Amino acid sequence: MIRFDAVSKKFPDGTLAVADFSLTIPSRTTTVLVGSSGSGKTTLLRMINRMVDPTSGSISIDGDDISTLEPVKLRRRIGYVMQNSGLLPHRTVADNIATVPLLSGVKRAQARAEALTLMDTVGLDRALADRYPSQLSGGQQQRVGVARGLAIDPNILLMDEPFGAVDPLVRSELQQELVRIQKDLAKTIVFVTHDIDEAFLLGDQVVLLRTGGQIAQVGSPAEILADPADDFVNTFIGADRGRRALRIEEVSGRQVVVDGTGRLAGILNEGTHT
Amino acid sequence: MNAFAEAFVWIGDPAHWSGPDGIPTRLAEHLGYTGLTVLIAVLIAVTLGLYIGHTGRFRGVSIGATSALRALPTLGLLTFLAIAFGFGIRLALIPTIIVLVVLAIPPLLAGAYSGIESVDPRTVDAARSMGMTEWQILWKVEIPLALPLIIGGVRSAVLQVVATATVAAYISLGGLGRYIIDALPVRDYTKVLVGALLVTLLALVLEGILISIQRLTVPAGVRAIRTTPSLRRQRAYGRNASAASRAS
Repeated sequence: MIRFDAVSKKFPDGTLAVADFSLTIPSRTTTVLVGSSGSGKTTLLRMINRMVDPTSGSISIDGDDISTLEPVKLRRRIGYVMQNSGLLPHRTVADNIATVPLLSGVKRAQARAEALTLMDTVGLDRALADRYPSQLSGGQQQRVGVARGLAIDPNILLMDEPFGAVDPLVRSELQQELVRIQKDLAKTIVFVTHDIDEAFLLGDQVVLLRTGGQIAQVGSPAEILADPADDFVNTFIGADRGRRALRIEEVSGRQVVVDGTGRLAGILNEGTHT
Repeated sequence: MNAFAEAFVWIGDPAHWSGPDGIPTRLAEHLGYTGLTVLIAVLIAVTLGLYIGHTGRFRGVSIGATSALRALPTLGLLTFLAIAFGFGIRLALIPTIIVLVVLAIPPLLAGAYSGIESVDPRTVDAARSMGMTEWQILWKVEIPLALPLIIGGVRSAVLQVVATATVAAYISLGGLGRYIIDALPVRDYTKVLVGALLVTLLALVLEGILISIQRLTVPAGVRAIRTTPSLRRQRAYGRNASAASRAS
């Protein structure tokens, strides 16, 4: 469990990125911080592994105040996946995945074997193990990034818009992959995105942020959809534009679902959902 | 062309390939000054450059100081040091090496800090987020990626020092400068030209060796980008796309 307690962050240039933020992130679930630019979501994420230290307030992991922990040690037990994959360009895929285990003194052969297993986990062909990041596609690089984040089998996995820079098709593939991995591994995932659909897809708990890290609403996707707290939330989730208000219409004998603007959203399947 | 022909005849004369004023001895002395200078200068300037590049501190000061160093006239400084210190004439090697080190520092410093600065800050950020210590970031990420530029600094330092080490002869030391300094007063222009030619040749050979080393130090993963134009475009696209959506 990760707890933010009245956390504020003021950057040296005077920007108040986060003000008086409190939140409990339950273990073994996915919490998505979602908000537009300037909502402080990345700052909040980076506070968890002490890449950013709060100006005031405290953050604890399983009851331990992280300000008392050594940053390097803390980071080595937290997986981190970033937007541009952040791979080391001069190291092969396998070496990239094995970076942290090697730093922590795992033997080379063992680290490599584990890296290959992780490549299976994230759906990467083992044949790519000795390629360099520059020889991979954006989607493949991102998979390597996820594998690297999982390399030390961390309890906590931080993901900073990990699928932001890949094309929509690959993104949805990676999202599905993450849902599958999370079902197997049950990590405490903290995921940052500006994409509300991604948030609803991945999040057990969704935290909607306005500017300055102000929480607009916290809840499960269903709770937020069913009962948006205010106009801001309404706008953010697209309810005001009718995107979330679906209704059924009959077209040539089949029931189709259209949204509030009359745009086709899908076809209603009879019986149980697939 | 006559002068050149005479110079080559001089170089070809076996009599000039032995003894204390023979080409091998002078060449060895010249290489010795160069090597010692570059070694000392690397220790000072590359260390400093790595520090500046990694921390971003003292960058402005170092650029200013470096430009100032570049402006110092070598021969003037050498004369000054030789006279100013009591030991200057007796231990001529000390002022000579100081002068040459001063000359070698600016390119080395610039190569080192610009090399470190050229490393993608997101790569460094990722390394730090994973739990690398600052030392590990420097040794395992920044230096390997900066190495071609660091060696580039060494290259231009070596070139300048080799060319300028001729001044050693000005205050009684050896090296290829001996030929020039000794021959000038007696108007033996063939020998002057021999000195100049040998220095040029040495500089070219060293340059060739260092270019090869520089190529070899480009990390394999980075070389892969440079040799695959389609991938490079793809990456450039990825960078722009991520820059556009980063602002969060």
